[in-house]
Amino acid sequence: MDIVLDNLDLMGRALGYTLLFFVIAAVLSLTLGTVLAAMRVGPVSVLRRAAAAYVTLVRNTPLLVVLLFFRVAGPKVGLNFSFVDLQLGQWRINNIFAALVVGLSIYTAAFVCEALRSGINAVPLGQAEAARAIGLPFGGVMTQVVLPQAIRASVPPMASVQIALLKNTTVCGALGVVELFARMRSFTNNDPTQRVGIFIAFAALFVVLVLIVSFVANRLERRWRIA
Amino acid sequence: MSGAPSVLFDAPGPATVRRHRLYTVLALVVLAGALALVGWRLYVEGQFAYDQWEVFITPRFVEAILVDGVWVVLQMAAAAVVLSLAFGLVFGVAKLAESPLVRLPATYVVEFFRAVPVLLLMILIFFSYGVTRGDSGAYWSVVLALMLYNGSVLAEVVRAGILAVPKGQSEAGLAIGLARGRVTRLILLPQAVKIMLPSIISQCVVALKDTSLGYAVAAPGLVRLMSSIYQQFGNQFATLVVTAALYVLMCSALTLLATWVQRRYVGEKQALAISETAGTDAATGKVV
Repeated sequence: MDIVLDNLDLMGRALGYTLLFFVIAAVLSLTLGTVLAAMRVGPVSVLRRAAAAYVTLVRNTPLLVVLLFFRVAGPKVGLNFSFVDLQLGQWRINNIFAALVVGLSIYTAAFVCEALRSGINAVPLGQAEAARAIGLPFGGVMTQVVLPQAIRASVPPMASVQIALLKNTTVCGALGVVELFARMRSFTNNDPTQRVGIFIAFAALFVVLVLIVSFVANRLERRWRIA
Repeated sequence: MSGAPSVLFDAPGPATVRRHRLYTVLALVVLAGALALVGWRLYVEGQFAYDQWEVFITPRFVEAILVDGVWVVLQMAAAAVVLSLAFGLVFGVAKLAESPLVRLPATYVVEFFRAVPVLLLMILIFFSYGVTRGDSGAYWSVVLALMLYNGSVLAEVVRAGILAVPKGQSEAGLAIGLARGRVTRLILLPQAVKIMLPSIISQCVVALKDTSLGYAVAAPGLVRLMSSIYQQFGNQFATLVVTAALYVLMCSALTLLATWVQRRYVGEKQALAISETAGTDAATGKVV
C-alpha cells in the first residue's frame, strides 16, 4: 500500500485518464447507440438489417480486438488520429487516446442499442397500438408515446452497460495509456511484495466508481418514474 | 412489445411506400458509399495485396493458428467455465442460505468480484502465482481471474434460477420432511438448471471473449499468437480481420446454441435476465 500512498499524484492522474475515457466514451456510445436503436426499430428494412449486422458483429468481437483495430491496424491504413494532440500541463490527450476512445465507443454502442431496444420492447403493446389508432405516424408514435416510456424502462440495463464500460476502460491500459489498470500494473511490477495492498487500493477505487454510477442511475430511475 | 417492428407503425399506404423506397435508396447509397470509401482506402494502402493475406493460407501458420490459438482459447474458456460453474453453484446457493453468517459473506464476495475489472484480478493473480511459472503460469492466471468474475455472475444466475422455481416445489419438499439442503439439492437445483442453461451459455460467450484479455499478462492464446504474426509480417489489418472473424465464428456458434437450448428446454418463457455488472440487482435488473 505504501507505494500507492507515496505516489498519489500518479494515481490521481491515472484516475483522471480512466474518468476521461469513461465520460467521453459514454457520451459517444450513447449517441451512436441511440442512432443504431432508431435504425433497428425503424420502418426502413435496409437500415434495420445494417444495424442488426453491426450489433451482431461488434458484440461477438472481444473489446481488445476492437481496440487493436484502431490502435495498430488504423495507422497502417492512414487512420491515425494525428489531428488529436492536446497538452495541458501533465495531461496529454494524443492520438493513442483518441483511437482507444473511438474503439471503446464503437464497442459500447452495440450494447447501448440493445439496452434501448429492450426498453422499447418493455413498453406494453397497447401503448403503440393506441398511438397508431389515434393516427400518429411512426415519428409521432416513437417520440410522443413509446420512447418516453422506453427510456424509463431502459435506465437499469443502460446503467449496467455504462458500468461495464467503466470496467472496460481498463483494457485501454493494456494498449498504451497510463490509466488505473496500467498504473496498477506498473506499481505491482515495481514492487511485487506489495501486490495485495496495491490491488485492494485500486479495486476499492473501482468499487466506489461503480457505486457512484449505480447511485446516479438509481436517482434518475426514481426521478423519471411515473406514479 | 414483441419486438416485431411492425407494431410501431401501420401497414404503409402508397405514399408511405414511395417515401420508404426513397429512404431505402438513400440508405443504400450512404451505406454503400461508406463501405466503398473504406474499401478504396484499404485498396490504396495495399491491404488487399496477396502478401498481406498469404500467411493465412500457409499450412504451417494455419495449423499454428488453429492449434496454438483457437484450441488454446477454447480450452482456456472451457476451464474457466467449469471452474466458475463450481464457484457460482457454491456462492449462489450460499447467497440463499438462511443463516446470515453464510449469506452475507457470500453476497459481499459476489458483489466485489462483479465490481472489480477482471484485468486487475488477472494482474494480482499473475504476480502472486503466475510470474515465475512461464506460459502455464500466465495461462492459469487468466483462467483463475475469469473464474472469479464469471463465477460471481453465475452465482447470480444460480440464485435467480432457484428463485424462479415455483414456490410450491420447495414447500412440498419441506412438507414431506426433507431438510433444506436436500430440498435445494434434490428438488430446486434440477429444475433450476433448465431455467439457467441459456444464461450459462451466454456467460460462456463472455468467458470466451475475455480470454483475449490474457494479452495483458502475455498469456498464450489467439491474440498473442496473432500479434506475433503481425509484428513479423507487418499485416496488422489482415491479421486482426482474421482474429475478429475467428472470435465472431466461435461466439455466434455459442449464441445459436443458447437460442436453441432456450427454445428446446425453456420454451416461450422469458429467459433469465442477469445483469453482468455490480450495482444492479441481478435477478430483477433493477438498480440498487
